[in-house]
Amino acid sequence: MKIIFLLIGISLIVALGFLVAFLWAVRSGQYEDEYTPSVRILFDQQTKNISDD
Amino acid sequence: MEIAPEQITATTCYHCGEKCEEEKIVIEDKPFCCEGCKMVYQILSENDLCTYYQLEENPGFSLKGKRGTTYAFLDEKVVQEGLLTFQNDKLAKVSFYLPQIHCSSCIWLLENLYKLTPGIVQSQVNFPKKKIQLTYLKAETTLRQLAELLSSIGYAPQINYDQLTSKEEQVTNHTLTYKLGVTGFLFGNIMLLSFPEYLGLQQSVYAQWFGYLNIALALPLLFYSAVDYLKSAYYGLKQGHLNIDVPVSLGMLALFGRSMYDILSHTGAGFFDSLAGLIFFLLIGKWFQQKTYYNLSFERDYRSYFPVATLVKKAGEWISVPLNKVEPGDRLWIKNGELIPVDALIVEGRGYLDYSFVTGEEDLSTKGVGDKVFAGGKLNTGSIEIEVLRRVEHSYLTQLWNEQAFKKDKFEGRQSRLANTIAKYFTIVILIVASLTLAFWWSTDLDMAFKAFTAVLIIACPCAVALAIPFTYGNVLRLLARRKFYIRHIQVIEAMQEVEQVVLDKTGTLTDNKELRLTYQGTALAEGEQQIIRSMASQSSHPLSIGIAERLQDVEVDRTISVQEFPGLGLLTKINGMTYKLGSASFVGYDKSHQKGVFWQVGQEIRGVFVVQNQYRKSLPVFIQQLKTKFGLALLSGDNDQEKERLRPYFDSPEQLHFDQSPTDKLNFVAQLQAENQKVLMLGDGINDAGALRQSDVGLVLTEDINNFTPASDAIIAAERFQMLPQMLTFVQESRWVVYLAYFIASCYNIIGLSYAVQGLLSPVVAAILMPLSAITIVIIGVLGSSGLAYWRLGKESDKNHQWV
Repeated sequence: MKIIFLLIGISLIVALGFLVAFLWAVRSGQYEDEYTPSVRILFDQQTKNISDD
Repeated sequence: MEIAPEQITATTCYHCGEKCEEEKIVIEDKPFCCEGCKMVYQILSENDLCTYYQLEENPGFSLKGKRGTTYAFLDEKVVQEGLLTFQNDKLAKVSFYLPQIHCSSCIWLLENLYKLTPGIVQSQVNFPKKKIQLTYLKAETTLRQLAELLSSIGYAPQINYDQLTSKEEQVTNHTLTYKLGVTGFLFGNIMLLSFPEYLGLQQSVYAQWFGYLNIALALPLLFYSAVDYLKSAYYGLKQGHLNIDVPVSLGMLALFGRSMYDILSHTGAGFFDSLAGLIFFLLIGKWFQQKTYYNLSFERDYRSYFPVATLVKKAGEWISVPLNKVEPGDRLWIKNGELIPVDALIVEGRGYLDYSFVTGEEDLSTKGVGDKVFAGGKLNTGSIEIEVLRRVEHSYLTQLWNEQAFKKDKFEGRQSRLANTIAKYFTIVILIVASLTLAFWWSTDLDMAFKAFTAVLIIACPCAVALAIPFTYGNVLRLLARRKFYIRHIQVIEAMQEVEQVVLDKTGTLTDNKELRLTYQGTALAEGEQQIIRSMASQSSHPLSIGIAERLQDVEVDRTISVQEFPGLGLLTKINGMTYKLGSASFVGYDKSHQKGVFWQVGQEIRGVFVVQNQYRKSLPVFIQQLKTKFGLALLSGDNDQEKERLRPYFDSPEQLHFDQSPTDKLNFVAQLQAENQKVLMLGDGINDAGALRQSDVGLVLTEDINNFTPASDAIIAAERFQMLPQMLTFVQESRWVVYLAYFIASCYNIIGLSYAVQGLLSPVVAAILMPLSAITIVIIGVLGSSGLAYWRLGKESDKNHQWV
């Protein structure tokens, strides 16, 4: 059962990593617009000429 | 170029989806309703941007009847500095507001703008805010060219005066997002670190280390996440109020202190998990209670309505000058359809001025050389040259904003009255129970006395009370937004619940401005006369002429009649030596010139007059009937009292009707009601109501189009939901019962918890279960209760109505 202490300790470090990632995400403006990226990702990459396909 | 043919129907425009009438424009088998749409299509197809038409059907905007805006003022350095968010030697960044953005095609096209102009480095759309951010090379293109490019493809940027005067861009405040993230992290980890306690492993040496780690995590919890509550409680106490944050803070501090003691003295694992859970829930509540309507503005004043720049004569030439640089003595050139931005004197030209923006009334008057014109008037025909008398901010219209009512935010620092009343009694009761507990144990067991005392403070922490309002009213906000009733924030809901008096504006609010109804008074019109009138009116584009032509639409038009139009005055024709005149009182030489309407004159005889009549909304009788049962009513109108008889039957007493009210009169009327200790809701629609809206306890604005200009207010309702308003107000008032129910359940939990606490039996595990359980119950009751009430009172509303606002 003692292993649980080690695991919990490690999990704290992992969680810290995620916290830092979250703070970075807010800082870099990812929460400014929560809708448009969900549409943008579905656009096909533009081919050179539409009549080709 | 292949485009799915099934999407094209023969009669609708390929670009905008509107019906194609009369002359059909067809290129490449695609029909277009007008030259504008065709042009946009051509621009796009030349640049391989036809994916625009594949993502959504007919995504474009009709350009029919849209006056081209000139963006010459964007060449001015002052304007550029006001608009650009960033610039260096090479690059510049600008953010435009494009109200036309409405679908994924828009996003696609706007983000591919670089294909149309080489100078664009990046374009990024923010859909909810309907904004585009452009980064461009200054050497390759200019701000003006960008605006004109957008305008040419149907996305004309809307640039207003206030973008220049208020420098700071509305930046979303992310403080709460940070706090939620950090608190979530702390909550999760404190729970994990408390795990050994739950498993009964607290004997281990490591468990103590976990305790210290918990302390380390709890410090930011108290001093970062919860600091707002502590501060608010402190300021409350300093001013002598017991607000809701006082018992909450008391609970938090008891939790924190007791846990520190337990851990440092090795007597227990502490209650940090409960503390973290409590704060996390409170912050979620805070987040839930706000709803952002990106596209609505509750703050707008006259500045949002005025153009950025105007044409000023400088050394014999007309140049575009930013409005805030216009000085008295300058000569301005106002064209048809433009707004007069300053108080001025006409020096040349003649035109119809529409002051409906200022007065709220259908109020057209003719002005000529030497006449004074006021800011806010819209020129309806012709063009005039004016000499500026006063600067923009000193004009007659803008003076309203200097009234006392505009000096402070009426909801600033306002806290829930209900929660605070409860908090007052709650704190007193809890302090009594805690002291009794302390006194009871004092003589037998000092350690137990301390434990039981803190346990009472911990378990009694009214987090459930603090959660009931954010979740219930936060949900009410969303439920109403889905029904096109947009409330600014939850404080408005509480203010709405206290309303006793409803003050209504007449024109535009009770009347339907979209329907212009003309009634004819005078000698009955012979058929021949009707034909002449119809033929004359159909040749003019003045709104009243159109109205008259529509009224006589069954009569055939005689196209041989030639009409002479006197802009701003009327129409004249001569048939067989007989003169016929259709126009204003002064045009036909009628001396009672105060009478409004379109006069009909044959020879020298005035046969009759077309009177513009207010068309009341269809649901008005029911609307007033329903409001009357709950509120005191009053009606304010800027109009004269010719409508009095028509409105009289709806109201109980003639004293409720007030006519000839100026914007300042309206404000004073509301202030007077408030002086009699009445809580007032003002329902208005235009800038003429702005003062009254601001002064009232709740300012509610009715609007035909939510993207249009609305004056500053606390709530906005779409005109199509006008008839629902009484029910919506009832719903808002009744939603307080959901909060009462939540309070009742919370107190039940509290009594159970207290029964443990006074006996000194409260263990960290019991607290960690009981406190979140009560919080979650409150959240469920608040959300489900208010949704159920909305369903019962307002009926079902499909999610399809949800739109980005």
